[in-house]
Amino acid sequence: MRRIGALFSTTFLIGWALAGAAEAAEPLKVGFMTVRSGALAAGGRQMEEGLQLCIDAHKGEMAGRKIQIITADTAGQPAVTKTKAQELVERDGAQVLIGPLAAFEALAIDDYIRQTKTPIISPSAAAEDLTQRKPNPWFVRAVGTSAQAHHALGEYAAKELKYKRIVIIADDFAFGHELSAGFQRTFEQNGGKVIQKLWSPLNAAEYGTYITQIDPTADAVFAGFAGGNGIKFLGEYKNYGMQKPVLGAMTTVDEGILKRMGDEALGVISAGWYSAAIDTPANKKFVAAVQKAYSADPGYYTVGAYMACEFLNNALEQVKGDISDKAAFMKALRSVNMPESPYGQVKLDQYGQPILDITIRKVEKKDGKLQNTVIKTYPAVSQFWTYGPDEFLKSPVYSRDWTPAK
Amino acid sequence: MIRASRQQAVLALVAIAALLAMPWLVTSDYYINIATQIVIAAILAMSLNVLVGFGGMISLGHASYLGVAAYLTIYLSTHAGVGALGSALIAIGATTLLAMLFGYLALRASGLGFLMITLALGQILWGIAYRWASLTGGDNGLGGPIRPRPFGIDLMNPTAFFYFTLIFLVLAVWLISRFVQSGLGQSLQGARDQPRRMRALGYNVWLIQWLSFVFAGFWGAIAGMLYAYYHQFVSPQALHLTTSAETLLMVVAGGTGTLFGPVVGAALVVILKNVVSAYITRWLMLLGVVFVAIVLFMPEGIVPGLRRLRETMKMRPASSAEASLPAAEERTT
Repeated sequence: MRRIGALFSTTFLIGWALAGAAEAAEPLKVGFMTVRSGALAAGGRQMEEGLQLCIDAHKGEMAGRKIQIITADTAGQPAVTKTKAQELVERDGAQVLIGPLAAFEALAIDDYIRQTKTPIISPSAAAEDLTQRKPNPWFVRAVGTSAQAHHALGEYAAKELKYKRIVIIADDFAFGHELSAGFQRTFEQNGGKVIQKLWSPLNAAEYGTYITQIDPTADAVFAGFAGGNGIKFLGEYKNYGMQKPVLGAMTTVDEGILKRMGDEALGVISAGWYSAAIDTPANKKFVAAVQKAYSADPGYYTVGAYMACEFLNNALEQVKGDISDKAAFMKALRSVNMPESPYGQVKLDQYGQPILDITIRKVEKKDGKLQNTVIKTYPAVSQFWTYGPDEFLKSPVYSRDWTPAK
Repeated sequence: MIRASRQQAVLALVAIAALLAMPWLVTSDYYINIATQIVIAAILAMSLNVLVGFGGMISLGHASYLGVAAYLTIYLSTHAGVGALGSALIAIGATTLLAMLFGYLALRASGLGFLMITLALGQILWGIAYRWASLTGGDNGLGGPIRPRPFGIDLMNPTAFFYFTLIFLVLAVWLISRFVQSGLGQSLQGARDQPRRMRALGYNVWLIQWLSFVFAGFWGAIAGMLYAYYHQFVSPQALHLTTSAETLLMVVAGGTGTLFGPVVGAALVVILKNVVSAYITRWLMLLGVVFVAIVLFMPEGIVPGLRRLRETMKMRPASSAEASLPAAEERTT
């Protein structure tokens, strides 16, 4: 009898030990929220490509642990995003989230992230307040804020291009408002003046009515568009015979859509935290890999998802793959420091927002293909530009009616 | 007739028992949350069904009540500092007032005109939510941790919250069925079928329809309050035309003019949208296929369609010709 008991307990112990071992080798589950249906699906696909590239580059393993990616389609709807986050965390047991695509989706799950204390890395949502007035301790962003690059462009337009009067035309939604206000702030601080602001609806069928309204006394036009709207706007702008130079937001001439543009895009000067033409070994390697896999230049979404995944890798290496202590992992994620990356050097500020090298880019044709040639680099630009965080955070978030304090 | 209602009562009891047992049947909070979403969508669809099914007034603006009540609930409780109960009551009251106004405007027309007016009013609200960023947060929406704690019960717990919404669903089923059976509900159905005759009989058709419109708006507001508690976030998407259209789809798919049709339709749409989409990327296409299938095989909706099938089975030995008639006339609920 005793023997049987001993046998039983040994079996049990062995089983237990085996289970323990299996647990250690268990893959790390990463929930990935992308958009596969609806208007944002093109960006969602680029995000998936970027993420896949990074996982492949690490051969599916980070810090000795297998990485299992669980993908969910949020359909670009806030209510669905919340359900999908629950699905990933509660049903599939995701320990880290990467995503979602749009800012309103990220805001929709903000409270849920706090409740469940799930670390989340944003590969694309740029809403300022996510790392400013409503910072979430479990949130880290792998891209710039809406205005981060456009502060630099405002100064560049006033100081180097010597523009005095500019007309802003931008998409009428939060991202468009925020990036335009950031541009306006530094541009006016350096002696320029925004003489007119035109807001076109996100789903505008054509821009003729807006283009004809542009004040003829302006020196240049700042076009702040997202998604595919840049293609439509620049095409019509040329067809209307407009000669004024165009400044663009990062997404107006993003590599993701630049391939679908023609000569109308030539000469557009924009600012961004990334350009496929950045001439560093790390970026050349990245661009070559993207071109090999998808025969296209990486744009906003591709590089954002790729970097989100690299952030994860960097943090996992700091904690040696052990994510059981969420606070320690989050601390590691917040202290991500990459001397080399497609972006250049990256480290995070205390709000979980990367400090990035901002490049001023000009669309040029090289080897029969459009690219964003880098013409100037502002190194290590914070989301607060040159303002102190306290001073910056005291003023309300950038909006449609934002007017700079005189 | 009596047998049918007893059967229905048994069915309803079984359904309620199954719903009560839900949290024990499923292991994951995820499915409880899905069930909660179905319950909320069902309340909204049932309220729209009062208009579409029993009133014959097809509205494409029903998201207005959901959205306005959700915005008010969140705004009042997290941004204006009103208590949980107070903000819920104000939100529901104000949304019902809005339904009075919208009903006054929309009921100047009927049929297609009515549909277009509700659509336009809904779009106006969507535009306001989108543009009035200082109040609504624009397309970034409004958020806030606002689930209340009635009697010290923590509604952040998914199971507790599921029961909380279930109370409202039971109330909705009960009160809407009472409404439909009441004199007002009966005269509403009369006004749907024979408005001129009703008028000739001395009924104030406009008033009947307006009161029903407000009643539907009230339940839409309840759904909106629950929506706000559940998501703890609201954005213009809640007011968008797609939300209205989706709700109409639930009603039509489940069966207009039946009590449980909208519940079934809500379950169908929510499950397709949230659960099936995890396995099938093209779930929108699947939704389309399912809808086409419903239109082809059960043009009256799932619930009446299944009832007809059952009758056909029963009657087959006798005569199958009569039973294959559409069950549109059969609105015994």
